[in-house]
Amino acid sequence: MADDELPERAEVVVIGAGIIGCAVAALLQAEGLEVCVVDQVGPAAGSSSAGEGNLLVSDKLPGLDLELARASLALWRDLADELAGGFEYEPKGGLVVAPDEAALSQLVALAEAQRAEGAVLSVVAGSELAALEPNLSREVAGGVFYEEDAQVQPMLAVDALVRALRGRGGRLVGGVTVRGATRAHDGRIARLSTSAGDIGVGRAVVNAAGAWAGEVATLLGGYVPVTPRRGHVLVTEPVAPFTPHKVYESGYVAAIHEDARGYRTSAVVEATPSGTMLLGSSREFVGFSRTVNSAVRASIAARSIRLFPALASVRLLRTYVGFRPATPDRLPVLGEDVQVPGLLHATGHEGAGVGLAPASARAVLALLGGRDPGFALDPFSPARFAPARQ
Amino acid sequence: MSKLAATDLHFSFDGRPLIAPAGSTVAGALVRNGVSSWRRTRVKGHARGVFCGIGTCFDCLIDVNGERAVRACLRALREGDRLETSSSTGAGPDA
Repeated sequence: MADDELPERAEVVVIGAGIIGCAVAALLQAEGLEVCVVDQVGPAAGSSSAGEGNLLVSDKLPGLDLELARASLALWRDLADELAGGFEYEPKGGLVVAPDEAALSQLVALAEAQRAEGAVLSVVAGSELAALEPNLSREVAGGVFYEEDAQVQPMLAVDALVRALRGRGGRLVGGVTVRGATRAHDGRIARLSTSAGDIGVGRAVVNAAGAWAGEVATLLGGYVPVTPRRGHVLVTEPVAPFTPHKVYESGYVAAIHEDARGYRTSAVVEATPSGTMLLGSSREFVGFSRTVNSAVRASIAARSIRLFPALASVRLLRTYVGFRPATPDRLPVLGEDVQVPGLLHATGHEGAGVGLAPASARAVLALLGGRDPGFALDPFSPARFAPARQ
Repeated sequence: MSKLAATDLHFSFDGRPLIAPAGSTVAGALVRNGVSSWRRTRVKGHARGVFCGIGTCFDCLIDVNGERAVRACLRALREGDRLETSSSTGAGPDA
């Protein structure tokens, strides 16, 4: 898609044209604000094109995490209607499976706590798994089926949001690197200087730079502790679908909430409408290195085959890596910078950015004085990371 | 073309005997023989052959001696290779 011209001024400048930035921009523009998105590359050039497009409640811990995810998944259902689809929205449900009885009892305990907070799920005994997933290994002890889990093709979803943004008169300019900010007397950002020239800021700057948001915050005089947490996805040759649902190991949830040295892998198996299958997942802190770790790749393949033995005869095409924007407490950052008024952070979603994008857009709208998002915003404020003050 | 080729290699595409110089890639050997497509897209059935030619786009998948999903642009042709229209069409893991 052709780039727009960088305008002289916008009411809201969004930095980052990933799923978060584009969801925020499309919503704000629809609410009558004049929005310009800038990105160092272009739409969905970072982590939004390097994941699996998961919309999950299943991996969310009870409390804030789960509440935000359920609110966001409901908004995705609306978006699929509003944007008239076109991004492979599949509300197909997710099956989390436990390899043994010990893991199963932990999984069921988590599921009961999630159900108490409204998640729609059912515990599936080992003997009943075949009815849901005929090709799943008979070795699996049991699982939990989460009806709300869904999937989108995230690049197509970003494209749909960009079209909505532009259809409403908003702009998106790629190939633009933000270099710094000029602050007004009250500390607000008055202008952003970029590689394509300056842009005046009417009301706010939204930092939706994902895994790069920490650097962007620093550049603008603010602070947000976001670290890239790398993942690998293996892509198979196209096959006839033989996994009706998203299926992943219960160890995946533990891996998210653990600060392991080295790497952690857990199988996440997903068919796509184009026939290729996506096999994840891994988590490791190695900066922005793009070198594929062959041990990680082998581990993901072995774990996936353990779940679905038929995968052993499916050819692998390629492997890609991506960078999840991770925060120290594994919750996103949705709020105004402590030091820079008018700088709103919408980042730190780790591996859940696609799922949490619509709710994040509602959060930013509320921060700008718009309607109540329907969930508590304070817990997501970047103030939780600020050093204690007098 | 192919002054470096010491010998010609014999191979087949969908059962049809063909010849190409040693040193050819599978894609090069097919194109040299006038074959420009060896795969169909999965949804709309459009013809596909070599596109990027450097291993990046995965458009040129082909079956080589029963091995599925080989990138024709990266595989060196060998004597006696049996090339077949790609079977990575969504027919199933064991098809």
